[in-house]
Amino acid sequence: MSAHAPPHPPRSSAVVAALIRKDLRLELRSGEAVPAMLLFSVSTFVLFHFGLDREALEGDLASGVLWVTLLFASVLAMNRLFVAERDEGGFDGFLLAPVDRTTLFVAKAVVLLCFLVAVELVAIPAYAVLLLGPSPWQAMPELLVVLALADLGIAVVGTLVGALGIRTGAPDLIVPIITLPLMLPIVIGAAQATAPLLLEGGAEALSGRWLASLGLYDMVFALIALAVFDFLLED
Amino acid sequence: MAPTTPSATEAGADRAEQEPAVALDGLGRAYGERIALADVTLRLPRQRTLAVFGPNGAGKTTLLRVLATLLRPHAGVVRVLGCTLPGEGWAVRGRVGLLAHEPLLYRDLTARENLRFHAALHGAPNGRVDTLLERVGLGRRADDPVRTLSRGMAQRVAICRSVLHEPELLLLDEPLANLDPGAADAVEELIGRASARARVLISHDLEQGLGGADVVLGLRAGRPALLAAAGEVTTADLRRLYT
Amino acid sequence: MFGRGLTSLSIAAAALVTSAFALVFFYAPNDADQGFVQKIFYLHVPLALVALAGFVAGGLYGVQFLRSGDRSYDLRSYVAIHISIIFGVGALLTGAIWAKASWGHWWVWDEPTLVAFLVVFLLYACYWPLRFSIEDPERQARYAAVFAILGGAFVPLCFLSVRFAQAAFTHPRVLDASGGSMPGAMRLTFLLSLGAIALLYMTLFKYELAAKHASIQLRRLKRRLAGDETFAAPARSAAPQHL
Repeated sequence: MSAHAPPHPPRSSAVVAALIRKDLRLELRSGEAVPAMLLFSVSTFVLFHFGLDREALEGDLASGVLWVTLLFASVLAMNRLFVAERDEGGFDGFLLAPVDRTTLFVAKAVVLLCFLVAVELVAIPAYAVLLLGPSPWQAMPELLVVLALADLGIAVVGTLVGALGIRTGAPDLIVPIITLPLMLPIVIGAAQATAPLLLEGGAEALSGRWLASLGLYDMVFALIALAVFDFLLED
Repeated sequence: MAPTTPSATEAGADRAEQEPAVALDGLGRAYGERIALADVTLRLPRQRTLAVFGPNGAGKTTLLRVLATLLRPHAGVVRVLGCTLPGEGWAVRGRVGLLAHEPLLYRDLTARENLRFHAALHGAPNGRVDTLLERVGLGRRADDPVRTLSRGMAQRVAICRSVLHEPELLLLDEPLANLDPGAADAVEELIGRASARARVLISHDLEQGLGGADVVLGLRAGRPALLAAAGEVTTADLRRLYT
Repeated sequence: MFGRGLTSLSIAAAALVTSAFALVFFYAPNDADQGFVQKIFYLHVPLALVALAGFVAGGLYGVQFLRSGDRSYDLRSYVAIHISIIFGVGALLTGAIWAKASWGHWWVWDEPTLVAFLVVFLLYACYWPLRFSIEDPERQARYAAVFAILGGAFVPLCFLSVRFAQAAFTHPRVLDASGGSMPGAMRLTFLLSLGAIALLYMTLFKYELAAKHASIQLRRLKRRLAGDETFAAPARSAAPQHL
């Protein structure tokens, strides 16, 4: 029964892949995060229509509404990200394994990114139909670049705040209040970068400084997250 | 954080072979100001069983979790399988198996998926998953979500999880709870004395726990109230712990 | 240990604050555009600068705590952030008064510094709820340290980001790259006020640190006298209660 030698510790990339597979499988099978984020986004667009009393938005107003909605939708996901770990003993199961703890951070950030992309695939066309004046296709490649950089920032900081919040007594309160100020630079950068892309008269060029500012934010927080994540898991 | 190079690990493993499975000297752990464990000192040789008894809140689960590297010791020296905790915790992790109160399984995944996931985390082959599931008699239910399994079946899956990676030390928190006699026999080879692994066992069944033990530790309010070889302890002694 | 030098520090702080007041009222010239009200700037800017420095210091103490595990760093981090939040409230209030007197509105969005400061303040306002929501004192200290580090890194990023975002500035840039466009008298008064507020911060810091440390020690002694079992657990608290 114990005649075999114990297995070698697995490679980090294999561990990250296993973690991502597990989470995506759980979400596909019985997850509520992505549908909820979608419904929330579309409802928010409807609310904005009534709240602002406008039928079509363009420029910085369109940009702002889009990014604020996406940010709030991502907060929903952040709260759910570690729920299975907390409730079904996943933290212990992971902590017992001979693997680098940062793999959990990387895996969860990728999963959050996947959720965001899945939601955006539906929410942005919905936005174009419901509220957006100009067509988003006019500057789609640039829009994708902004989405990529901003989503990366949301994924990194969202995973960190989600992990911070899940083991407190009130994660659904703690996560939103910390997230909103912390992600302000993302909202500023993304909204300012997107605004010229959503103009009625045709999109203008993408401004490099906002991409740089988003990139800087992403890098700084990714480095910090990698450094401190371990401390959130150990006891 | 990262494992050492192979040659260092092998040299360490040779050295570790002579060391006891568990060596504690004055282990202490507090929760804020409250003492969870204090002054726990004992030795457990390889392939022997330590049975831990004590009333609720005595610190039994805390002890188990410290040995599993899930909790850091606050005082004293803790050596598990030749490695000092918490500094060398990473070297111990793949060699210890924990069977906790909760099964540590994702309820929406099947038994097989859960075990494969844990196998991936430990670097164990998938074939071992299938073998273990057969051994505990869950071959046919292996592809049902854990949510649909009874407590006893989930416990059996959890037992598979704890031995998946061939640990040298088993930490068992009431392993036979929820198991019918047939299932209990089936898992005896995996986690019982017959498994020839070092074991730390928490049990509320005084006779059974004592029967399978080599060393006995009784805890009360976090402190050792009784520490002796199993042959020198009677169930009457143990019962006094709970009064 | 923490109370050493407190008396001399308080006296120095009091002296500096008084002289700063004197300079502000009697020495510094009235601003050409804004008149007498502009003088609140000698209070507003130092409060904001010192609060920000305090937040960053809280982050640095957080790093020290995570590296060493020494809980006195956690206490320092808590006190630094705590007092910075109070100074921050003062900065926001004086900023609003200044805005109202100068531009007729209690709040203006055109000034990147005030807006960025508000966002930083909103983030640090979460520090206390975060600490309070974690009951385990060890975890509370660790998570608070992680938060302080996040916040400390956030301060420069936030200011950069908001500054980029503002096209027009109406906030008088008193500390621009050339070292200040203030005439000599104003500069002297400003520097003295900055020094006074900084010294006031340090005095309050030391004072609160000493007070908290003393109450922790007192509690420890009481517990030792009363015995572990009879002593009641402390009420839930965001402040460190145990070193």
